Amino acid sequence: MNIFEKMVGLDRRWVFLFLFVVVTGAYFFRNSFSVNVTTTREVRSIYDFVENLDPGSKILISFDYDPSSLAELHPMSRAILMQCFRKGVRVIGVTLSQYGAGMVEEAFRKFGSEADSLYNTHVEYGKDYCFIGYRPYPGFVILGMGENFRIFFPRDYYDTPLDDLPIMQGVRNYDDIEGVIAITSGTTADMWVIYGNARYNMPLALGVTGVMATDYYPYLGNAIFGLIGGWKGAAEYEKLIGEKDAATAGMPAQVAAHLTIVLFILIGNIGFLLSRRSKKTGN
Amino acid sequence: MKRRVPLAMVFIVSLFMVIQYFVPLDSLAWMYQYLLDWTIIIGVFALLLGIWSLWHVSYGKIKQRAENWQYSIVTLAGLFIMIISGFIPGWGNLNNYVYEHLFYYVLVPIQATMFSLLAFFISSAAFRAFRARSILASLLLFAGLVIMLRFVPMGPVSTVVADLAGWILRVPNMAAKRAIIIGIGLGAMATAFKIMFGIERSYLGRD
Amino acid sequence: MEDSHLVELLWTTFAAFLTFATFSFLYKDNPFYKFAEHLVVGVGAGYFVVLLVLTSLKPKLWDPLLAGQWWYIIPGLLGVLMWMRFSKKVSWLSRYPIAFYIGTSGVAIPLYMYNSINRQISSTLDLSVGFGSLTAFWGIIIVIGVLTGLMYFFFSKEHKGAFGGLAKIGIYVLMLGFGASFGYTVMARISLFVQRIAFLESWGRMIGNFFS
Repeated sequence: MNIFEKMVGLDRRWVFLFLFVVVTGAYFFRNSFSVNVTTTREVRSIYDFVENLDPGSKILISFDYDPSSLAELHPMSRAILMQCFRKGVRVIGVTLSQYGAGMVEEAFRKFGSEADSLYNTHVEYGKDYCFIGYRPYPGFVILGMGENFRIFFPRDYYDTPLDDLPIMQGVRNYDDIEGVIAITSGTTADMWVIYGNARYNMPLALGVTGVMATDYYPYLGNAIFGLIGGWKGAAEYEKLIGEKDAATAGMPAQVAAHLTIVLFILIGNIGFLLSRRSKKTGN
Repeated sequence: MKRRVPLAMVFIVSLFMVIQYFVPLDSLAWMYQYLLDWTIIIGVFALLLGIWSLWHVSYGKIKQRAENWQYSIVTLAGLFIMIISGFIPGWGNLNNYVYEHLFYYVLVPIQATMFSLLAFFISSAAFRAFRARSILASLLLFAGLVIMLRFVPMGPVSTVVADLAGWILRVPNMAAKRAIIIGIGLGAMATAFKIMFGIERSYLGRD
Repeated sequence: MEDSHLVELLWTTFAAFLTFATFSFLYKDNPFYKFAEHLVVGVGAGYFVVLLVLTSLKPKLWDPLLAGQWWYIIPGLLGVLMWMRFSKKVSWLSRYPIAFYIGTSGVAIPLYMYNSINRQISSTLDLSVGFGSLTAFWGIIIVIGVLTGLMYFFFSKEHKGAFGGLAKIGIYVLMLGFGASFGYTVMARISLFVQRIAFLESWGRMIGNFFS
């Protein structure tokens, strides 16, 4: 048994500990080295879309994620919301995820006040943004909103009739907004493509978790105009809006973790190749 | 009554849903909107069934003093504290103190941490199982490594790796995922028609 | 220090305790982990019940009924029939709401046809959407990749001869796609862990601020 095989045979808790130390260390020393994030055209197209909107334009952002994926998707929400608030683009918020309501409330509360202090704005509920709430069965809700937001959401999350919100005046369905950005984990992204864009043909962009990102490339150009994939996608967006936040801060830890895992793969494969060679030579 | 009516119901409702897509009539749109609305209402009752099951299983464990029954008390305590806080007359709403704080300080940290454990399991899997045993496994390994290294600073090599990653995502990955989407689409269509015409009826269960 | 800061610190400390309790599973299963695991199931279910009742049942069923829209009794009744599953005698009644639900799902038929088949095929054949400077060339490679990938999924014909060879190219393409997914998945999983470290750091800072 060679040294590499012996390493692979170690108790997996040593592997866990090694990763824990490397990632934690890289996170705490994040200011000591920087990672140059290059932007991709799929992320840039979403940034450009928002940037080219006139102040007062309205978009729908669907925050379809739970605490389990807040790490990846909350930074995206922040970057997009900050850009909207800075530009004066109005945001209608909705969630199709069962624990998403808490995520949306926190996003608007936290990032709204950050925008106020950073850009000297006064982001106001009902005028600059609103949260219409949560409904189960995303496919049907997406179809319903395509007919009229009021079918499923006669009142917002705080029990105010939708018609009493200035931002919802004159907004009946997707035809009355500039587009939809769905920040989503799980199959809701497919539903936005199939039940939303395929049926109502509204401009649609997706922000998805890393696990899902590669699955949505086939929709680029035919169903979606942009795609933000995971933590790196969020870091790209932070770079585009010129504000480094959680995703950028985590990039050194990401690099360290990736190098560690590449190292693990190399050790495992070297051990495998050496043992195969020694079996072939009969030693 | 037991089988024919549900089968007829599936056929009529699904036929209507297909027709309304192709025929833009106001009366059809009106009915379509009601059907969407009602589906959600029915669905809510189905979701509440799951909560009943949770109560049933947890209560059963406590009653029978099954292994680790004490933890079922924790589950039920969490369940009832949330329900009571949400429904207390005059106080109960989605923004009351207990409901919100238990969400942000209990549900969020546990759920987020539980999923973060996967980082460790994937690293362990990479260490033990990710081997170039065949051409197929080598291709998987190659694509995985390129995507992983695409944002690692490596001087001039970084640009090459980033370009290669872009190519993998936009060419072979695009083709692979598109084949899967088309395959799933064809399969979904076939299944949908089988259900619509009553050929596939496993959803009815047994008599 | 204000009381509100102390209360927030206590709540955050409890969240940090639950974070450590959940992490402890990495060493081995233990009572702290079990406590956190069972607690999140209960709290999550309770959260969802309240949300469903207050934001779905009330405005969508209760309020319309109170406003005299009697026809909402139909979905309400169908919903109640769903609960008949618990009775052996009348469990067949739950087939009605299930049938209604499955029937409305028929809306997906034309949409899948358009989205997953028509538009994916036409996008594949659009050679102007390729990669880099050799757009058309890579466009043709994508066409070959999609066709051979589909051949691999075609199990009604044995994968032998020319067909088998093409299906083999298909599985190579699929493997490159799955490899890309793996690479992204690593990033996804690490993100979740980094976020927890960030939370623990902010908790540590909170404690530091409180005592300074």
